[in-house]
Amino acid sequence: MSLQSVADVRSALDEHNYLASDGLATAVFLAISLNRPLLLEGEAGVGKTELAKVLAKIRNSELIRLQCYEGIDAAQAMYDWDYSRQLLHLRTVEATGEATSIGAEKLEGQLYSEKFLIRRALLQAIDQHTGVSPVLLIDEIDRADDEFEAYLLEVLSDFQITIPELGTYKATTPPLVVLTSNRTRDVHDALKRRCLYHWVEHPDFDREVEIVKRRVPQVAENLARQVAAAVEALRKMQLYKPPGVAETIDWATALGRLGVGELDESVVQATLGTVLKYREDHERVRESGVATLVKQAFERGLYSN
Amino acid sequence: MNTSSPAHKMAVAFARILRGAGIDVPLDSVIVFVSALSKVGLENRDDVYWAAYATLIRRHEDSPIFDRAFAIFWDQLIAVDTATYEQQTESVTLLIDSEDTNNDDSNAAPVDEEENTLTLRFSSIETLREKDFAAYSETELREAEQFMSSLKLAGPPKRSLRLQKANRKGSRHDIRRTMRAVLQNDGEPIERYWREPSTKLRRLVVLLDISGSMEPYARALLRFMHAAVVGRQRVEAFTLGTRLTRITRELANRDPDRALARTSAQVSDWSGGTRLGECLQNFNDNWGVGSLARGSIFVILSDGWDRGEPQVLAEQMLRLQRVAYRVIWVNPLKVSPGYAPLARGMAAAMPYIDDFVEGHSLDALRELTAVIARDSRESTEMRKAVSNA
Repeated sequence: MSLQSVADVRSALDEHNYLASDGLATAVFLAISLNRPLLLEGEAGVGKTELAKVLAKIRNSELIRLQCYEGIDAAQAMYDWDYSRQLLHLRTVEATGEATSIGAEKLEGQLYSEKFLIRRALLQAIDQHTGVSPVLLIDEIDRADDEFEAYLLEVLSDFQITIPELGTYKATTPPLVVLTSNRTRDVHDALKRRCLYHWVEHPDFDREVEIVKRRVPQVAENLARQVAAAVEALRKMQLYKPPGVAETIDWATALGRLGVGELDESVVQATLGTVLKYREDHERVRESGVATLVKQAFERGLYSN
Repeated sequence: MNTSSPAHKMAVAFARILRGAGIDVPLDSVIVFVSALSKVGLENRDDVYWAAYATLIRRHEDSPIFDRAFAIFWDQLIAVDTATYEQQTESVTLLIDSEDTNNDDSNAAPVDEEENTLTLRFSSIETLREKDFAAYSETELREAEQFMSSLKLAGPPKRSLRLQKANRKGSRHDIRRTMRAVLQNDGEPIERYWREPSTKLRRLVVLLDISGSMEPYARALLRFMHAAVVGRQRVEAFTLGTRLTRITRELANRDPDRALARTSAQVSDWSGGTRLGECLQNFNDNWGVGSLARGSIFVILSDGWDRGEPQVLAEQMLRLQRVAYRVIWVNPLKVSPGYAPLARGMAAAMPYIDDFVEGHSLDALRELTAVIARDSRESTEMRKAVSNA
């Protein structure tokens, strides 16, 4: 698939039901054409991780995902040695009497060969020789310790990994790298400077309607509009956790499953748990009135019809 | 590439505008911006905007400044012919430079009231006073800072997921080390090694109230925060007033004078009103509950005078207390004889505070470090005792 312009990127994403804003489409286009990692930040549930998945589909390539967590280190992100197999190998060599004949140095060479190498996400992403280079998703980088970012620097700028026992692995064609962060801490400037940056916003009303229609086809147009309108209203209510697109889709799916034709007070009461995940948020919505919310949703849903 | 191409001029000029507006734009970002322009072209405003955004911006907080800077830049760009473009850029740059000099001298001389300069200063509506630390007894503050940086703000450690080598037998086998030992012993597994979870420093989050009523203390307490940010890892610093401002980056400079100058430039609501509840809500929504405050030692330096609704403050304190390891409120007024936490905000916040301490003097700050170092169980007991009384 050739992605020669911003418009190409947008329509390719569109084909896979990912409706990107102009800014995001431009950022993706630049990431591909400049071979730069793309750092995405934004509220939870706006489709950061989803983008990487869709990009892999578009390029028809593998998606390699590295979920970051506290304490992750090179052995879990780049490569490790398969120690149990190495031990077993040693024993076997000993038992067959081979050990004395081949000599210590050669034996050690055998132990640190590719046969006993465990490839973790980063090495997998770099050491690819067949087909299109993969999409590497480094998810929630802010959860890893800052020391871990230092490992990433070499990988993301030169797309190479050095294993002392085996030498340097270098990507023939660099992978398309997408990093996401929820900003629980500042990602280091050194890492940010190697990346392109984009802040993913909640979609506007029309795009959200379109997303619901695409993702939940069993839901009729008018319900999709009402759901998007209700979510839009919820986001303005100063909630602890304003709903993201993921919640909108969940809600619409739930309504579709229940066979609901349009929003009403009791339906909203019953299904609000798919959208709001805090007790306080539920209370706030109840205080301001579910009826008002439904009314708003109806009006907004009708307006531009 | 030709160095005088329009894309180059545009990139360099715009980067300078951003720098003048206070956004840190390293040279390599500008280079990437130029190559991005070569991909998207210069014709379409949106394309150029997003290319600039993706390559030059690294923090969402900078977006509003970026927007305004871009609007000014682009309008100017299309208003003039490409031939006169270069000249135009120079004039913009010149104005920014002159503003920089002003900042360095830290004198309040009025900047040229020319249109460009005005628009590029991004002064907010709350034109609250920009404070001059030199007006204070400089020597005393410096000595105080020296003392402050000697305070150790460790606090009880937190169990980390990271494993470290253990000296005694544990439940997790360190196969990597065992294997190395095996190789050294000619393939003989003689000794097994173990790993155990390590501990790490808890995050310390400090919020300083900089409203009018806190003015006599804010200067010194800000220095205390500087000492904390420079002196230990995992510290986050914010100011509260009519708005919430994150000042961790500004305070991170080792030179106290520079750090304080940067901070005072960053904070726009010195000695204004207080909206503690709303500021805390802003903190909770955007930083805190997400996880910056999660498991952290949370210190609020404030006298508890709040012009907002006490209900809002109480609700936000509850949210905070649920995720924080401990909430410590430092109130400089506490020392005055007959003090009772009657200020509306203070009264609303009291039920959610683990420790309530003084903060008016160096000795009080020393006391604060002792409180921070304490294990949380003692504090919880204290809170129970207080709420029973």
